[in-house]
Amino acid sequence: MRGIVGYGTYVPYYRLDRAKITAVMGAGGGRGHRSVAGYDEDTTTMGVEAARNALRGSTVTPSSIWFATANPAYLDKTNATAIQAALDLPQETWAVDAGGSARSAEAAISGARGTPGISMAVISDLRTGNPTSNDESGGGDAAAALLFGDDEDAPVIAHAIGRAAATGEFLDRYRLPGENASRIWEERFGEQAYLTLAEDAIERAVKEADVTLEDVDKVVIAGLHARAVRSLSRIAGDKLVDDLTGRIGNPGAAQLPLLVASALDNAAPGETILVVHLADGANANVLRTTDAIADYTPFSSVESQIENGSDNLDYNLYLTWRGFLDREPPRRPDPDRPGAPPAFRSEDWKYAFVGSRDRSSGAIHLPPMRVSMDGGAVDDMERVRMADTPATIATFTVDYLAFSLSPPTVAVVIDFDGGGRFQAEMTDVDPNEVKIGDRVEMSFRRLFTAQGIHNYFWKARPLAE
Amino acid sequence: MASHGIKDQVAIVGMGCTPFGEHWDKGADDMLVDAAHEAYASAGVNQDDIDAFWLGTMGSGVSGLTLSKPLQIDYKPVSRLENMCATGSEAFRNACYAVASGAYDVVMAIGVEKLKDSGYSGLTGSRPPSDGTDSSLTAPATFSLLAPAYAHKNGLDDETMKEVLTRIAWKNHKNGALNPRAQFRKEVAKETIAGSPLVAGPLGIFDCSGVSDGSAAAVIVRAEDAHRYTDKPLYVKALSFSSGPATGALDPSYDYTTFREVRASAEEAYKQAGINDPRSQIAMAEVHDCFTPTELVLMEDLGFADEGTAWKEALNGTFDLDGDLPVNPDGGLKSFGHPIGASGLRMLFECWLQLRGEAPPERQIDSDKTLGLTHNLGGQPGACVSFVSVVGSEIG
Repeated sequence: MRGIVGYGTYVPYYRLDRAKITAVMGAGGGRGHRSVAGYDEDTTTMGVEAARNALRGSTVTPSSIWFATANPAYLDKTNATAIQAALDLPQETWAVDAGGSARSAEAAISGARGTPGISMAVISDLRTGNPTSNDESGGGDAAAALLFGDDEDAPVIAHAIGRAAATGEFLDRYRLPGENASRIWEERFGEQAYLTLAEDAIERAVKEADVTLEDVDKVVIAGLHARAVRSLSRIAGDKLVDDLTGRIGNPGAAQLPLLVASALDNAAPGETILVVHLADGANANVLRTTDAIADYTPFSSVESQIENGSDNLDYNLYLTWRGFLDREPPRRPDPDRPGAPPAFRSEDWKYAFVGSRDRSSGAIHLPPMRVSMDGGAVDDMERVRMADTPATIATFTVDYLAFSLSPPTVAVVIDFDGGGRFQAEMTDVDPNEVKIGDRVEMSFRRLFTAQGIHNYFWKARPLAE
Repeated sequence: MASHGIKDQVAIVGMGCTPFGEHWDKGADDMLVDAAHEAYASAGVNQDDIDAFWLGTMGSGVSGLTLSKPLQIDYKPVSRLENMCATGSEAFRNACYAVASGAYDVVMAIGVEKLKDSGYSGLTGSRPPSDGTDSSLTAPATFSLLAPAYAHKNGLDDETMKEVLTRIAWKNHKNGALNPRAQFRKEVAKETIAGSPLVAGPLGIFDCSGVSDGSAAAVIVRAEDAHRYTDKPLYVKALSFSSGPATGALDPSYDYTTFREVRASAEEAYKQAGINDPRSQIAMAEVHDCFTPTELVLMEDLGFADEGTAWKEALNGTFDLDGDLPVNPDGGLKSFGHPIGASGLRMLFECWLQLRGEAPPERQIDSDKTLGLTHNLGGQPGACVSFVSVVGSEIG
């Protein structure tokens, strides 16, 4: 039996209260919150965080990564390679992108499911829209990763017992490359198109699964077309899984796997879950959970991540982070772009946060060194990955002068549990709340973008309780 | 193998120092001409009498041509040095060794920096291409790491720590107000210092040295020749330099309340000069007060105060102009700004004035001691280079 053997999700720290949009613009907004990727996050970094959570809740190592997003950090260049590198996965790992549309999530999931061995689908999205638009207030930022495998690799916790897809060529939403807001055709047109396609796909999937809609325990409906999703939800009644749009918005391509994860967070053995995705067609999956799900605990549940967020983000910061508002820069030089050869040489450090440990003294060096700071041994080091090791703040400062998209920069000197020290930037934190002795963990971030190069590296963030 | 020092082998016989400040009307070339010719006149020599030159500059030019072109030096050796914020001291150190070696009779060490042409706040520098993982913190931020660590270690609350840092800035501005060459020549009220806008951590704008342009120069000869040039030469007692392994940010045993490089360079300098109790033997010190917590920590690292007591000594006025051991009697980096290549030589210039009794009366130190110390630092806590010199007005 092949199916889902693990999963991980990532909901960024920040929430925008939609009422703040209305307060500033006199229009738009609404009730509830949307999730907001930090100024130092993109779909690749959020994908890394979701994938880390999947792997930290599991004992398996994927041999392929299928990454999908409707908002890729790079074009031409594959983004999944940064995820593969950040996870410290070996060169044999096959890492590929699908992308451009929300529907590409299905490509990543189908690809991972259909590729032999342990395969991971990583789906991430960062949704923007013109100020006051429905996309702005209704969108969300998040990522989710699904690990597929066979029972002999790891216990399958859920598997598809029926699948069907329907495809339709019609204009629902569309965006030219380079634009930061989608265009949307009249909603009533798309609603009709989607309902017809969905009924077809659901009917065939249920038939293949040899169940009826009455047998289904839960229904997950994902899709960016809010009106069509709402209409289709009537088939679910009280079996509908909360789509979380009130609390985090709709994270586009990532909504499908995120809601599957949310359903699995709360699933018992033997449940039948109908999963429908509306994106340029309809895709219906009938999932069945296994006995193994009783023993599976995700590293971090969707609910706990929503709970851990901060509601304090101001609208002006949101606009700044998403590039809708330019602020006066500090009188400081722009940051230098990273050099491709130095970044290539230090891939283990820069992407995987791998330092070196002196075999004779045990001293951990971050960044890795060839000559030991303790005893001077030369080239007698072993690699040590510190990305998942918690640390404690030894001292800190707040830099009001350094270049940042969101000043001030918080810097911390941190001592890792079991040894090793590093001076890191800190993120997802109120500068006034940082204290010596606070606990932190590492998070993969985009420090800045210079001359078209995203500078990815690790930062510290408060350790989730 | 051992370090021997060159105590009393060479002497400074002339110095020049431009006013430090925002010299919109002068380039690095102009300041080099001004400082060099003031030093020639001070030593009573002509440019032709100088056998070799050492130029310190971090970013105002590359190669010896940066000096030989504006000064129109006729085919003499000019070395251009850079050692971060200790660049000026490094030029002096190497020039002294060249004389001590016997290679040259008369040399010049000169430093310059033209910072105000960049249009940026604070210091900037260019780095080689990197993997993008280096810290992007500014200098005030890296030095501000000292403040909470020092307060935490010594049990100071935030208010007391701020009072200590404010007292240091207040003292240096008070001294600088008496110095016509300083960039800032006004006393600054403690309330103004303490209430200034934050730059990094607890450091306000008045906890930071300024950004200025300047140049300073020294003429150096063998000690036995010194009296041919002046009745009051300044003998070089010690020159030490320490470049650390830069492990502060890697080594959990480093607590950000000290500069190990400073301790190493101070110990070496005191050994060369035969000093065993710097607090009582030194008449005055010019130290690298780039930021107020730097001066605080330096007082302990240089042995001017016992461990954990520098904050009390600073509050008590030990390092005031009329204290037990005046520190930065010229106003320091706080009042002068920090034109990088020039600062180390500017510190020596204050020793030159004070130990020869030629400082203006309002800031002339009244001391029967004959030794002065300069300390110059480059880098950041945990990863720096440190220079210490001891100079004296008497042989022996």
